[in-house]
Amino acid sequence: MNNGSILPLRLAEVSFAAGGRTLIDRISLEIETGPSTIILGANGAGKSVLMRLMHGLLSPSSGRIEWNAPERPGAPRKQAMVFQRPVMLRRSAYANVAYALKIAGIPEPQRGTLVREALESVGLSHLAHRSARVLSGGEQQRLALARAWALHPEVLFLDEPTASLDPSATREIESVIKAFDAAGTKVVMATHNLGQARRLGDEILFLDQGQLVERAPVAQFFGKPQSVQAAAFIKGELPWT
Amino acid sequence: MSEALNTALALLVGLDSKLVEIVLLSLRVSLSAVAISALLGLPVGAAIAVSRFPGRQTVIVVLNALMGLPPVVVGLLVYLLLSRAGPLGPLGILFTPSAMVIAQSILILPIIAALSRQAIEDAWREYEEQLRSLGAGRMDAALTLLWDTRFSLLTTILAGFGRAAAEVGAVMIVGGNIDGVTRVMTTTIALETSKGDLPLALGLGMILIAIVITVNAAAYLTKELAQRRYG
Repeated sequence: MNNGSILPLRLAEVSFAAGGRTLIDRISLEIETGPSTIILGANGAGKSVLMRLMHGLLSPSSGRIEWNAPERPGAPRKQAMVFQRPVMLRRSAYANVAYALKIAGIPEPQRGTLVREALESVGLSHLAHRSARVLSGGEQQRLALARAWALHPEVLFLDEPTASLDPSATREIESVIKAFDAAGTKVVMATHNLGQARRLGDEILFLDQGQLVERAPVAQFFGKPQSVQAAAFIKGELPWT
Repeated sequence: MSEALNTALALLVGLDSKLVEIVLLSLRVSLSAVAISALLGLPVGAAIAVSRFPGRQTVIVVLNALMGLPPVVVGLLVYLLLSRAGPLGPLGILFTPSAMVIAQSILILPIIAALSRQAIEDAWREYEEQLRSLGAGRMDAALTLLWDTRFSLLTTILAGFGRAAAEVGAVMIVGGNIDGVTRVMTTTIALETSKGDLPLALGLGMILIAIVITVNAAAYLTKELAQRRYG
């Protein structure tokens, strides 16, 4: 399995507790290359925490998280994450993408092409020199995706990337996410939106109260959920999607 | 009061060469002190903001407390350092503008460090996950935040300038208020008041306030314009 890829990612009995509450409860799973994975669950089910554990922003209270090729501290990352609320630096859209490349250790002469290509891929070329913080919510989220795109990550984590966006901005974001998938990036996305899970996902990881309750291909999950919790979630959520 | 206003106006209109000299020395000393303190204080503030070490809270409390350093005490300490028998006596800079710059730098260094620490730490809370996700180390983060909070830091630097321009105790002790050498606006005001020339003292006070307001207004406008542009 040592082909230089950072995948698969293995979680063994991973738990995370904070403030006396167990937010992630003994989750074991393996994330492989290929199909896009949707982490589905109600608010507070532990989706965001699980992604942050995988991405290395949090350390598990117990259990192990192992990548096929472990990251060396200080080396450029082969994974990227897009958050629900994008954090933009106080500089132009162009400079925000260039910043990510600089941190990743890409030499200056190569950055320009990569930045332009990334902005092009999310349709923001015309706003390249606009200050990132004055862009609309949807534009900022696309810029966050461009920032990830420029890094050509092997794995892209997305934490409810469209939760605070309107439907048209949501469609734009979803098409960029599909482009990532088509380009061979492994997409791991948290959402509580069933329609989005269907549109973008190949397989579903269903979380409930910090536990991994069910893992199934999309069609199977929505057609014949195996657990009561998943069935209830699908039923309860349908009117709202 | 109206006599004071007249005196102030007369001083200004006449561009009394002595007055100009005093005002320029005041600005030179305080601006130099601000520059030195910013150069040292901003990196210190940023470093404390993004790092975690044992005793960090104690350091923050002490730093915040030092914002209230009494100028006369700073003046006295610098005086002891620079006096002929003191460890830095051989430099021979007591009763020179350099001594005044040193004293004011010490006085406002904690202000700039403490206020910038607060501003940068607030920003760090917002940026931390994103920067760590990109793989930025503590050093990268500190530099990025210094640049990204530049508009708030301008206010921090102004607070330092205001303190330096307004204090009298430290410059009086280490400068000695020597006519034509180390006499600045605040020490002149103190001297004229004790001599009983209240209109002159008040007039100078008005000029001092006008300068501080002008500097702040300029900085505020710069900040507003920049913030509108960069968000």
